[in-house]
Amino acid sequence: MLVEGPVEVVLDDGTIVRSDRFTVALCTCRRSRTYPWCDTSHRRRGRR
Amino acid sequence: MTDLVTATEAALEGELPGARGELSHGVLNALRAPAGAPLPDPGSAERADPLGDDLQLALYVSYELHYRGFAEVDPAWEWDPALLAVRAAMERRFLHALRDRTAGHPDVHDALDELLVEPVDGTGVSYFLRDEGQLWHLREYAAMRSLYHLKEADPHAWVIPRLHGRAKAAFVAVEFDEFGGGRAERVHARLFADLMADLGLDPSYGRYLDAAPAEMLSNVNLMSLLGLHRAHRGALVGHFATVEVTSSPGSRRLAEAMRRTGAGPAAEHFYAEHVTADAVHEQIVRRDVIGGLLADEPSLASDVAFGIAATTCLEDRLGDRLMAAWQDGSTSLRAPL
Repeated sequence: MLVEGPVEVVLDDGTIVRSDRFTVALCTCRRSRTYPWCDTSHRRRGRR
Repeated sequence: MTDLVTATEAALEGELPGARGELSHGVLNALRAPAGAPLPDPGSAERADPLGDDLQLALYVSYELHYRGFAEVDPAWEWDPALLAVRAAMERRFLHALRDRTAGHPDVHDALDELLVEPVDGTGVSYFLRDEGQLWHLREYAAMRSLYHLKEADPHAWVIPRLHGRAKAAFVAVEFDEFGGGRAERVHARLFADLMADLGLDPSYGRYLDAAPAEMLSNVNLMSLLGLHRAHRGALVGHFATVEVTSSPGSRRLAEAMRRTGAGPAAEHFYAEHVTADAVHEQIVRRDVIGGLLADEPSLASDVAFGIAATTCLEDRLGDRLMAAWQDGSTSLRAPL
């Protein structure tokens, strides 16, 4: 999900993370290893 | 006012490389003289291998005049009509070879869909580096890639006046991020120079041009070719999309390689930054840059698809060169570091 930056995100444990990128891709599938930021881990896997 | 002057002036230009054949020898020789000096006959471009070292180096050098140029080369060469004629002959050969190798490429939607699938058991350079890369592999990889990353996003900037409305706004937003979002220390080319320093490489512009084989030169030449010609604006956008879409997962593997080998914080950061930056960029490029361009100019769809196919073709060629050398335990460069 794309949102306009800069953004501050409050994580489940209460910590606040910040990104000042012009647009920020937020992870909504929870698979990201850079959560809460998208790292494209949602991509379909298969044979090219 | 003194703070406007930097204390030490870093060399902005690179050094002229050594020749790799008759054609590059002729071009390089001419560049050592004032603009207008005799050049090789454009016909000599017809005899060179279109993807080989000689033609690709001569082409690289003629394009470099539009970027930072070379120390002690007359800047007037940039628009010398005779050099442009030789360059055009080389470009025709290069484009022809690319069209040949990408004949029957998929349309733009299928091509993007393909790029968006992550292979289950991927092979190739970034997988190799993540799983078994040693520091010397990473150093070779960085030296090779420095030809592009030290001017990262520059070749693409040329397309800006050729885009309009939604495509232009989105394209420039991505470029702004590439150029550090207004902060010099975050310009991606600068982040790459910091990576090189971590790896014990010399981040001077053009330092590894002599070491880079044709497979790397052709990669950068493709961007310059597509960027400099308005006629290829569709293919440039396709090229840009390919880089942005494939970057995130590849950068994750390279960041892991840098971490595992203890390459250093800046080396790791360059790729970690590209994981999240390009996850944003690829969505914007697909939706607004390609979407906007094709809404304005639907007839460019096949050019966009060609740009994707040509980029993939040359990246695969470079990957094959790297893996063939490394599986053999030998250098992927023209001379070891």
